[in-house]
Amino acid sequence: MTGPVLIVDDEMPIRRLLRVALERSGYATVEAECAKAALAALRTPLPQLVLLDLGLPDRDGLELIGAFREQGVPIIVLTARDASVEKVAALDLGADDYVTKPFDSEELLARIRSCLRRTDQTMGRLRKLTVGPVQVDLDAHAVSKAGIEVKLTPKEFTLLAALASHPGKVLTHTHLLREVWGQAHTDHVEYLRVTVRSLRKKLEQDPSSPVLIQNEPGVGYRFHDPGGAVPAPT
Amino acid sequence: MTDDARPSPDALLREAQREGRGTLKIFLGAAPGVGKTYEMLLEGAEKIEAGADVVIGLVETHGRDETEALVAPLPVIPRRKIDYKGQTLTEMDLDAVLERRPKIVLVDELAHTNAPGSRHPKRWQDIEELRAAGIDVMTTVNIQHVESLNDVVGSFTHVRVRETVPDKVFEEAEIELIDLPPEDLISRLGDGKVYVPDQARHALDHFFSKGNLLALRELALRHAAQYVEARIQEHKSVTGKDIGYAGGQRILVAISQEAGGEQVIRAAKRLADALKAPLIALYVETPSAERFGDAEKTQLAGNLSLAASLGATLQSVPATSVQDAILAHCRDVSATQLVLGKSRRQGGWWRRRDPIVQDILDRTTGVAIHVIPFDEQVRGRDWRNFVPRGSWTGDAVAIGSVAALTLAAFLAQGWISRGPIDLLYLLPVIVSASLYGFRAGLIAAIAAGIAYNFFFLPPFYTVIIYGPANIITAVLLVVVAIITGQLAARARAAAALAMRSARENAGLARFATRLGAASNTQETAQLIRDELRSLLAVQTIVLHPSADGVTISAFGQTKPQLSPVDRAAAEWVMDHGEEAGIGTNTLTASAWQFRPLKTSLGTLAVLGFRGPHGRDPIPTERAALAESLIDQAALAHERLKLEADMRDMEVVRQRDNLRAALLASLSHDLRTPLTAVTAAAEALSATGDEAELVETVRSEARRLNRFLSDLLDLTRIEEGAVTPDLVPTDLTDVIASALGDLSKSLTGRKVLTSIDPNLPLVRADAVLLNHALLNLVDNAAKYSPQDAPIEIIARMGRRGPVIDVLDSGPGIPQGSEQRIFDRFARGETSDRTGGSGLGLAIVKGFAAAMGFTVEAARRQGGGSRFTIRIPSTAIIQVSLEDIA
Repeated sequence: MTGPVLIVDDEMPIRRLLRVALERSGYATVEAECAKAALAALRTPLPQLVLLDLGLPDRDGLELIGAFREQGVPIIVLTARDASVEKVAALDLGADDYVTKPFDSEELLARIRSCLRRTDQTMGRLRKLTVGPVQVDLDAHAVSKAGIEVKLTPKEFTLLAALASHPGKVLTHTHLLREVWGQAHTDHVEYLRVTVRSLRKKLEQDPSSPVLIQNEPGVGYRFHDPGGAVPAPT
Repeated sequence: MTDDARPSPDALLREAQREGRGTLKIFLGAAPGVGKTYEMLLEGAEKIEAGADVVIGLVETHGRDETEALVAPLPVIPRRKIDYKGQTLTEMDLDAVLERRPKIVLVDELAHTNAPGSRHPKRWQDIEELRAAGIDVMTTVNIQHVESLNDVVGSFTHVRVRETVPDKVFEEAEIELIDLPPEDLISRLGDGKVYVPDQARHALDHFFSKGNLLALRELALRHAAQYVEARIQEHKSVTGKDIGYAGGQRILVAISQEAGGEQVIRAAKRLADALKAPLIALYVETPSAERFGDAEKTQLAGNLSLAASLGATLQSVPATSVQDAILAHCRDVSATQLVLGKSRRQGGWWRRRDPIVQDILDRTTGVAIHVIPFDEQVRGRDWRNFVPRGSWTGDAVAIGSVAALTLAAFLAQGWISRGPIDLLYLLPVIVSASLYGFRAGLIAAIAAGIAYNFFFLPPFYTVIIYGPANIITAVLLVVVAIITGQLAARARAAAALAMRSARENAGLARFATRLGAASNTQETAQLIRDELRSLLAVQTIVLHPSADGVTISAFGQTKPQLSPVDRAAAEWVMDHGEEAGIGTNTLTASAWQFRPLKTSLGTLAVLGFRGPHGRDPIPTERAALAESLIDQAALAHERLKLEADMRDMEVVRQRDNLRAALLASLSHDLRTPLTAVTAAAEALSATGDEAELVETVRSEARRLNRFLSDLLDLTRIEEGAVTPDLVPTDLTDVIASALGDLSKSLTGRKVLTSIDPNLPLVRADAVLLNHALLNLVDNAAKYSPQDAPIEIIARMGRRGPVIDVLDSGPGIPQGSEQRIFDRFARGETSDRTGGSGLGLAIVKGFAAAMGFTVEAARRQGGGSRFTIRIPSTAIIQVSLEDIA
């Protein structure tokens, strides 16, 4: 099996809580109370995942993301509810996901599982996926709903591909705009909104309560993780 | 090249000052009857048809039908009636127009002189005030009323127009030339289509000769072209596309107290306009200025104010030699063209050459000199001007000293020879001349001559001069007296001038030092009053703005009582930043002259001056000193104001820091333990009785969490610390994520959503809107039975998108639809539901931060309806072509 989960947080009660919850679910854990200790923990055995609190006493947690990224360690950031700017910054720097405090242990564990699954699949990327009645074949450029082929515009397909190739991962507005429309249009959030809306119209069971493409207010979009804890659409 | 492309700071400043000011459009004609008023009314009618708010402030139709037909569709502001010496005069009602605040006002006859008792003596000043209030003005005027063309027009029409308009008014205006060929005008005149007052008919018959009309027309065309070009140049220097006057020309005109000097100033203005160069008017104040009579003083003041009204920069330097001062100033300001006047006085050969002009011509290099000959209107000369000035004391000393010397010499005759006695007589002459000036010296010389002759020259005891040697002695005495007297007088004048400069400089320096030390407004005001009082020698007060206009903040021994006119003038100055009262152009009925303390922060205070016996309190020779004192006072006020602002900002900054620290500590120090408690409670699994206890811990921890979040949100709202990040947002997303966040507490609830699929995107802060909706849905869940559905509807309302949240709870008590958005306002069932009482206040605060509104209403059939209304201005239209 792979390495432990590294818990980086300056608050002892939080560390203890996370440790108990993780160990109960079968993960080994390592703890660090500051940036220095976190970097020291990057040696063997390399952690399989980092839970990173951004408010550290010695350094800004954002500065650590690059170091973990280099070693290929996935990162889940722990942030406050209103810190959408901080969330976007962390994601743009390469964090895989975030969990908002106060968090729910179940939700956190689901996110960890989703994150680790994606990491396992990075090598042989998932090119075909099925979410409820919707089937997406990225290589064949084919999308179908309940067996019937759905026609997408080129931009719709590019956006769907960008989202669906990372199921369960939050992709920021800027990231998606750059992938689909190019660097010059990263401010045009309205392009994204309109295209997401037409994708939902074509693919969702009920476009007014979307399941496939979920919104993260002020941050970005997340494609539904078929293997995640969140139940698939019925 | 890159440097040239930079906008000129002066032009930018002018442009900035112009912003917010109404524009001025002038319909310019060569002569009466060309149809200016007609054209103005046509344009007014067009504007009103296009939907603009146009009114007539004052238009003279002279009973012509075609003109009156044009007036008909335009609203007219009734004129103000003024009783003057039994006659009823009517004028434009300036206050009524200001009150009415139209977009555009039409005012005929720019050059008109208002009836006595009006706010401003001239109509163009009324128009300036309208423009200052942001109202656009259209007006009409004939070319002969342009100040700088006054002489030129007068020279060929032989009709002198007294009503003139300063050139600066034209410089800011859009000029539309109304042109009519002279033949047509003459035939219109013949048809009686041109209004001419009866008493002027004779004069005007000559005026309307074809030659005159041709000349006037050419003048008007040329002038209109010049203004257009000036506007283009100005535009270029504002936008930085081109530099204003490529030649870097600078015109200096010397101003004197001579009558007829106006012609010189106007000529200089025409030169400056033609070269598009700045004009500087220089007055050299020589010691002889102290001997000016009233006529000369008036003339000088008139010349100076004419130069100012033509847009010249006024400068005044004290000096003993006019030519030295002019030459030095030429170098100082790098003038390229010098304009001098030369009086064509009738007189003998010694008057033919003006020594000043000649000297300047001889000594100047690199400056073009224009000498403008003018006819000085010869005033009746006062015989006193021919008597050398002096004092009775000097005369007495002269005669006394000669008498004393004569007596002494007479007594000593026995033992000194008569030879040196004539030399001795030089003594009283030199003493008198050097101490008391030329007149005393002359008297001493004459007395000495007579006494010497009488007592010491044969024939004794007669005044007959005998022999050439004795004549030489007498002449010598007089010549010595003249030379000594002149030298002494010049030295004394120079000393007096130096003393005055030194006194003024010392006064200014002392004033600056003391102002620098003053630490509050009251102290500064008193200091300014005292210093200005002593340096200008007039009654002085300082006024500051207050709730009811202005209040006197510093005065002498007794606080002067201001009349309503005085008060109006002071308030005018405070509001407009321009001087008013006696000796100015505005509200001249006030006995006081008020001047603004203008700073970059606006007019901070007003100074009031009152001269003796209703005279201008700041005469011309004191104007420069007064200006520099007022500038210093303004600087001091500005410094104090800036200091006060800084202190206020420091207080605000400290409070902000404290609030930020408190918020940070609340969110961190309270949240961290709560996070641990909540997560730990969720992770607990228990059975039996304990299961219920664990559930209590869980739900209470959740509630505490919510309450803390609410408290933080509300604190941010109340402190104005909510800064929405407005981005294109899909309401579907907002509703979906709010429901997602609430999935736990809504377990088992039926939630119906209905979202119009064609709803446009709106500009909103997704996080704030999400919170607001979260609170509304949470509120609906709390106040309605568990089995009753909650409905969320997003639809297009009449004035923009709308989100409704409906429940079927007890509903809002009648009449408290507004109150429930207050903090800690709870429904009647609040005890059971355990809300914080902050939720709806947060909804309202967040909605307001984004420019949205929220309202509550009772539903028919029970329950409440909460509505978030998004204005149509927040809607974003997206072109589908851009996206694909």
